Amino acid sequence: MTSSKDSMGRPIVVVTGAGVITSLGAGKEENWAKLTAGQSGIRGITRFATDNLKTRIAGTIDYLPPESCTAALSERLAEIAAEEAIAQSGIARIGNFPGPLFLAVPPIELEWPQRMEVGGKSGANDAVTYAELCRASVQFPAYHDRFLFGSVAGNLADKFGTRGSPISLSTACASGASAIQLGVEAIRRGETNAALCIGTDGSITPESLIRFSLLSALSTSSNDNPQKAARPFSKNRDGFVMAEGAGALVLESYESAKARGAKILGVLEGCGEMTDAFHRTRSSPDGKPIIGCMSNAVKDAGLVPDDIDYVNAHGTSTPENDKMEALGCTTLFGERMKSIPISSNKSMIGHTLSAAGAIEAVITLMTLQNQRIPPTINYDVPDPTIPLDVVPNTARDARVKHAISNSFGFGGQNVSLVMGLEPA
Amino acid sequence: MADASRDALITGIGVVSCLGEGSEAHWQKLQTGETSVDTSTFAPFVVHPLAPINFDAQIPKKGDQRQMENWQRIGTYAAGLALDSAGVKGNTDILSKIDMIVAAGGGERDLTVDSNILTGMPRAEKPAAFLNERLMSDLRPTLFLAQLSNLLAGNISIVHGVTGSSRTFMGEEAAGVDAVRIAVSRIGAGQSEIALVGGAHNGERPDLIMLYEFAGMMLKDKFAPVWERGPNGGFALGSIGAFLVIESRAHAQARGAKPLARISGVVSDRSKRQTDGVQKSLEALWDRLKDKIAPQQAAAISGATGAEPATAEERAFLAAHSDMAVRATGSYLGHGLEPTFPMNIALATLALRHGALFAPCDGSGFEKPMQGPLKQVLVTGVGHWRGEGLALVERVE
Repeated sequence: MTSSKDSMGRPIVVVTGAGVITSLGAGKEENWAKLTAGQSGIRGITRFATDNLKTRIAGTIDYLPPESCTAALSERLAEIAAEEAIAQSGIARIGNFPGPLFLAVPPIELEWPQRMEVGGKSGANDAVTYAELCRASVQFPAYHDRFLFGSVAGNLADKFGTRGSPISLSTACASGASAIQLGVEAIRRGETNAALCIGTDGSITPESLIRFSLLSALSTSSNDNPQKAARPFSKNRDGFVMAEGAGALVLESYESAKARGAKILGVLEGCGEMTDAFHRTRSSPDGKPIIGCMSNAVKDAGLVPDDIDYVNAHGTSTPENDKMEALGCTTLFGERMKSIPISSNKSMIGHTLSAAGAIEAVITLMTLQNQRIPPTINYDVPDPTIPLDVVPNTARDARVKHAISNSFGFGGQNVSLVMGLEPA
Repeated sequence: MADASRDALITGIGVVSCLGEGSEAHWQKLQTGETSVDTSTFAPFVVHPLAPINFDAQIPKKGDQRQMENWQRIGTYAAGLALDSAGVKGNTDILSKIDMIVAAGGGERDLTVDSNILTGMPRAEKPAAFLNERLMSDLRPTLFLAQLSNLLAGNISIVHGVTGSSRTFMGEEAAGVDAVRIAVSRIGAGQSEIALVGGAHNGERPDLIMLYEFAGMMLKDKFAPVWERGPNGGFALGSIGAFLVIESRAHAQARGAKPLARISGVVSDRSKRQTDGVQKSLEALWDRLKDKIAPQQAAAISGATGAEPATAEERAFLAAHSDMAVRATGSYLGHGLEPTFPMNIALATLALRHGALFAPCDGSGFEKPMQGPLKQVLVTGVGHWRGEGLALVERVE
């Protein structure tokens, strides 16, 4: 009988259900097939006019009925991923989930179509100011509920019947990983036997794209060749590609999963974080917070760096991130890093922002289960300063016992997750 | 048996609001029953404006201040006060271990840019292209960083060097409740030794007034204390920054820190707000804390907003436990959404340090005088729309 506690005496946390939706498709099966075939989900934006924009491509999800705003699409994507995860786990029927919800979600705000609608009702003859909007706003009661920050988590909590106060969180581009970490911690504390952890992002709107564009964070070179735009670790990488999607995990204590005979997809072995106080959008040049973050995750898993067989990279395709992530990995794993495969799912699905950590955790679990590593596509011009095995362009079978998935975000947010297979 | 070394002690508080900055200013004004209200700037909407603050005192670099909007300045300032109060400011060894949880909304819009687009877009030949063009050329590139929810935490890391961990919870009032709940749970379970928890809100924002007025929830025309606003009540936004340093007893003792109060329970839930939903939810939460409470020496510090029906239902709950005197801080500070619950824990801490409750602010007679001694405070946090929470804060000798 394998122990239900880890080497530090804490309950082992396992995954019994996983769901994913990206620009490649809905569900694990379709995503895995396309990821291992090296396909890109990036395309020209058709949801809104792209006149006057420097970037006109994204990994939008266009195969669902249109939604009215980021909050509504993020909620729908989360529902689809969570339904898949809960169904797979068999833990309960939809609507009676026996644990709390931790949701990584983009910050919710009123958007231009609604702002224009309110402005149109303001009766202003000349300039439309906020004084007019405030006067007209009482005519739109539904917008209160929709545009609260807690609205998406609240609706999901109602739909899935999660317990207690749902947590909506943001750690920028690390949010999805933070949601999983909060779930792991709650189970380790013994507060619950299960947690529903979701990262979702459906935030591709003109203003959200322009905001990243104004920070020079987005790829601008491949508007006419979208599938080639995300080029992590390549010498000619020129920014990330915004994308949409959601990932969901049902976490359970190993003990309760075993007791109900659940199939175990993998183990959430360790979580690490370390904040970078260097700059709002850039990493400390010495890489110490990234190194510390990964090191903390490996230690939390009761492992040493030599135990890690694969790095699921944050790998955004920005000049800054990929350089710093490579430095961090090389420092932590030493000489061995030349032979540890590291690949970026974002080369195919783009950067799903608040969802990325959760989506990439689901893909890392599939990597462990299938003993096969999805590639980094568009790797045509290697960066000589990043001499790593990025699993270029073609998926590869490999022995992967323990994998680390990185998520780094604006505001100095760094989170790493270590995952492995069920103990023998 | 609970392990006392894992007690969650408050060792630092930092507060700013319309009453001023810091513990002393707040305590003085609460004692004398003073508030500060602005009924004209956003008329007909009532707000409690931030007292004049010299941000340089906690955010010395002008470059940092320029990178922030006011909600972030308020929060970064309050966080600095809390770190000072706990005696850990500049102590890089401790700062690198601090687990930060910030309860945040989002940042200010550029009102001029928005207004110009709202005015020009209906007349533009190609409205969508006009929107793109204006946003591309008129938005300040760094405004995004001043709007992002997690960048209050980011700024606190940069300005004060807090680098253990950083998490931002969103979701109005409940975000503040759950930030404290998770921090206290982690300390209790040995997952964390020292935490910085709080939030900030700039109430002087017409974009927020619009959001809450969608539901008709803004207090209009005339100020009244929250219990006197009646069935058509609402809330007056307040500008509030509140942070707490919370430590395990073991960690506080090891560094010789003086505890100000103990948080001996935080519970939260989210009822669907059907009939009496708030009252039932609060009663269920009360059941989880009541064994620890001695009502004769306890008072309730309420985060009641003035919004209905939540305020009436909370009042019914409090009336059912009428051996505790009640104070609603919203009457003094206005409503600050995310930081409201941490602020009320900070004010509970001040009251417990003084061993007495502050003055009532209520002409309805619901807030009764309390003859000391005060040993426990029940802090309530009922969201104007969703989310209910309670904390028990206790005096430490």
